[in-house]
Amino acid sequence: MHELSIALSMLEQIEVEAARHPGTVRAVQVKVGVLSGVDCDALRFAWEIAREGTELAATTLEIERVPLLVRCPACGVTHTPDVYAVLCPTCVTPEQDILAGRELELTSLEIDP
Amino acid sequence: MTTQPRLVEVRARILKENDVLARQLRERFQQAGVCVISFVSSPGSGKTTFLEKLMSRLGEHHRIAALVGDLATDNDAARLGRASKQVRQITTGTVCHLDAKMVASALEDWRLEDLDFLFIENVGNLVCPASYDLGEEMRVVLLSATEGEDKPLKYPTIFNTADIAMITKIDLAAAAEFDRAAAHQNILSVRPGMRILEVSAKTGEGMAETEAFFASRLPAASRRSSL
Repeated sequence: MHELSIALSMLEQIEVEAARHPGTVRAVQVKVGVLSGVDCDALRFAWEIAREGTELAATTLEIERVPLLVRCPACGVTHTPDVYAVLCPTCVTPEQDILAGRELELTSLEIDP
Repeated sequence: MTTQPRLVEVRARILKENDVLARQLRERFQQAGVCVISFVSSPGSGKTTFLEKLMSRLGEHHRIAALVGDLATDNDAARLGRASKQVRQITTGTVCHLDAKMVASALEDWRLEDLDFLFIENVGNLVCPASYDLGEEMRVVLLSATEGEDKPLKYPTIFNTADIAMITKIDLAAAAEFDRAAAHQNILSVRPGMRILEVSAKTGEGMAETEAFFASRLPAASRRSSL
């Protein structure tokens, strides 16, 4: 349950960013990869607690879950495997380069003028 | 005048602060020539017992220090303190993982140049430590024979972010009806090509191989100076 630490880091980052733009932050968009180690429901719950009593108390959190995307170093095929079985479907090379799925990113802010 | 909301692109990693600090630590470790290895596992998998034995063995030829994370108590530091004089407990309170900041402040007054190895024992937890880079050169995930062979499938992220897997308490494998082949297969399906070591800190099975493996990770310069 480290989602609260993550929500607090997010809050700080958003506050810094928001200070540079006039207006009210209506919503924030984040990307959470399946291999980021972060649970989306727990993050939503933690966000509710983290934002309380701050200037972002009414800010909605919008999460985009990023699936795993890997590229085979042998044959170049890209695919989205199950996190439990990372293996090239074409040439069965086991070691795959991870292209996406580890994200834990603050993507954008939606600001009301 | 428009009332449409504006979209401001940020595209910044949420744990950027941790990642930046971890990168600085990694550079500092490399400059000091110290090999830093972190250990993660669920509570009760035998991390401390294994580390105590490993440190005693490696300590005969190398200079070793350890940081150990727990929510409360300094029991583990006291146990590791039997194998090395330089051990420091990080008590996290309610925090379920170590982060780069905790590591950096615990090391503040240590001379890293005087060390060959620094071991970091994370809080017993297979979920949260996966997200935090500590600047370590290598992350080792431990799985004990009594936990069941399907742990890698239940916690794929931590196995995927680790570099080495160790199966501990291997002396109990038969009693716990632990299926070694299935455990290896599960680890490899989550993290193909992963090196797997099997060990029993109690009987000493696999300890020599494990010690040799870690010793081989030392930078060449430190290897010369400490032999």
